Amino acid sequence: MSSLELYPQDEKLPRGEHVAFNLYMITALLLFVLMMLLGLTMRMTQADWTPVQAAMFYKIMTMHGAGMVGAMSLASIAVMWFFLRKYVSLHLWAFVSNYVLFMLGALCIIWAVFVGDFASAWTFLYPLPVHSMGLWSNGAAAVFMVGYLLIGVGMLLFYLDAAAAIIQRYGNLGRGLGLQWLFGGAIDPTHPKAVVASTMVIIANSLGILAGAVVLVMCLINVYDPEIALNALVAKNLIYWFGHMIINATIYMGVIAVYELLPRYTGKPYGVSRPFLWSWAASTVFVIIVFPHHLLMDYAEPRWMLVMGQIISYAAGFPVFLVTAYGVLTNIHRSGLRWTMPSMLAVLALFGWAAGIVPAIIDGTIGVNRVMHNTQWVPGHFHFYLLLGVLPMVLTLLYHVVGSRRRAPVNSGTDRAGLLLYVVGGISFCMVFLYAGHMSVARRFSTHLPEWLPYDRAGSIAAMVLILGMLVFATRIIVGLLKAPVDADAAHPAG
Amino acid sequence: MIFQNVIWAITLTGMGLVTLGFIYAIAQAGRPADTAEAERAHRTSISLRRVLFAALLLLGIGIAWASLRPFPIPAQHAPLQAAQVVDVVGHQWTWDVSQTHLTAGEPVEFRVTAGDVNHGFAIYAPDGRIVIQTQAMPGFTNKILYTFRTPGTYKIMCLEYCGVAHNGMTAELDVAARGDKS
Ligand SMILES: [Cu+2]
Repeated sequence: MSSLELYPQDEKLPRGEHVAFNLYMITALLLFVLMMLLGLTMRMTQADWTPVQAAMFYKIMTMHGAGMVGAMSLASIAVMWFFLRKYVSLHLWAFVSNYVLFMLGALCIIWAVFVGDFASAWTFLYPLPVHSMGLWSNGAAAVFMVGYLLIGVGMLLFYLDAAAAIIQRYGNLGRGLGLQWLFGGAIDPTHPKAVVASTMVIIANSLGILAGAVVLVMCLINVYDPEIALNALVAKNLIYWFGHMIINATIYMGVIAVYELLPRYTGKPYGVSRPFLWSWAASTVFVIIVFPHHLLMDYAEPRWMLVMGQIISYAAGFPVFLVTAYGVLTNIHRSGLRWTMPSMLAVLALFGWAAGIVPAIIDGTIGVNRVMHNTQWVPGHFHFYLLLGVLPMVLTLLYHVVGSRRRAPVNSGTDRAGLLLYVVGGISFCMVFLYAGHMSVARRFSTHLPEWLPYDRAGSIAAMVLILGMLVFATRIIVGLLKAPVDADAAHPAG
Repeated sequence: MIFQNVIWAITLTGMGLVTLGFIYAIAQAGRPADTAEAERAHRTSISLRRVLFAALLLLGIGIAWASLRPFPIPAQHAPLQAAQVVDVVGHQWTWDVSQTHLTAGEPVEFRVTAGDVNHGFAIYAPDGRIVIQTQAMPGFTNKILYTFRTPGTYKIMCLEYCGVAHNGMTAELDVAARGDKS
């Protein structure tokens, strides 16, 4: 069980760890802000408020997608690392190598998009990367894919180190997940939830990254030898297997911050239970086999896979609602919760995840997907649980860490005002997407029909409000992180 | 009744219930319970979770049953025997549609594929809502069986990003009332 002490000793970051954590989080915060500004540019282009041309729009779209998924992964890996290192012994070099490989990969992607004009969307559906109609070269496509490979290798390296550490401490990954207690036996109440969630992510996301690596290498070979053509449907399956897993893993890594921190603010213990272990065991399986719900409009896909995609989408909601969201609600109920930035963000994060899952599950129905697929319903639901779920999970940890530097949780009026802007802007932004989606507004269009413009304008304004809130968070946290810890050794001030 | 509006209402209800759950817990969060109250609340929450589990399970099975029978996608390997057949090929950035004059009230079989990259074949009704869609993928043919209810001009749009002129990739279908073939 995680401690109820607000700032326990075993969470202190020694100098090297401190620098690495700051690098991760400051990079991620800057990326979030920049990518949000790109997103705003896209909404304003659709609103007919900027003179951005179609070619530039799709480059921005590619960068926004790849950049956000990357920033989410980077930040949520740092969340997982921050807590997991308390229970098992991780190697700092693996954590730092992931950062270095991520930065190299990011440079490749930025070069490919803004110098090489690559604009194939972050999901690079084969064979689009090699069918640019003269807009970008095969070389640019190859550099983009090499960028993804570098990021994937970095993440695998980190997961392998974490897997080895968990196996060393608990015997095997199954015991890390707590499978030995599924059907009986006295559950060790001190078994950390961070270890359960991390083990799940290691298993699922390693498979996803390997699938991604396979399709990337296949596409790279195809770039240089078009004779070796791929099966477009197989390639799409691999891409969505990889894409679904990598973005879902960010939620499962991010939620560790809520599990670990919320009980300290409510003062109520929140240990592992049998339903909790069942929920994570089930999620491990579901997240691996649910991806066909991205292919419900590919009728050539085997029917059993489409049926599985729909049914697992529903089933995947059970652990979310009945265990995590419900568990958090019972933890805060009548607890005497102290409402400070970390606790408010933690509750927001769980709300964003649970509420955002609703339109996602509904879209996972074949009959609904037939009229909602690739409309703005899709960015509507995933922005809901990324913007109002995963990002607040990361911010929960960051505000907590900033608070630990001052020995008290952050609770200033400016921060609360930032949160208000973020929540109001964020919910409005996502609901505009969902509303437009139900009105059949297409996603990924640089230019919109005149009747769609009101939604684009409402969405742009909401995005501006949200970004104002995010700017408050980013400024406050970056300044806070760069401040030396209060209890640092005065002779060796930490960086 | 427009299908999308039903979905919208269901979604708002679901999200609203989640919101109410959070509002309730948040409203109570600031008042700490004493030991006896906490014990009672704990027992209530466990039985409530059982009820919720059973309710969601039944709901899920019901929805799965209702939404998958009959299976919403027509058989892909059997002849559909529709009176009207339209072959569709997506290209960067045009639709190649074998016939655009159709009759309402009679089933139409669309056989959709692509010549180069992935596209999305979506049919928009005159009121601007999508009525049906599938993917257009190189090397595969996806078959749709659809009966137009109301006559009018329907619009085909590409809903899978396929390059820089993706949003301009449109075509039209003229659906005439039964009996007045033009
Ligand atoms: Cu297209």
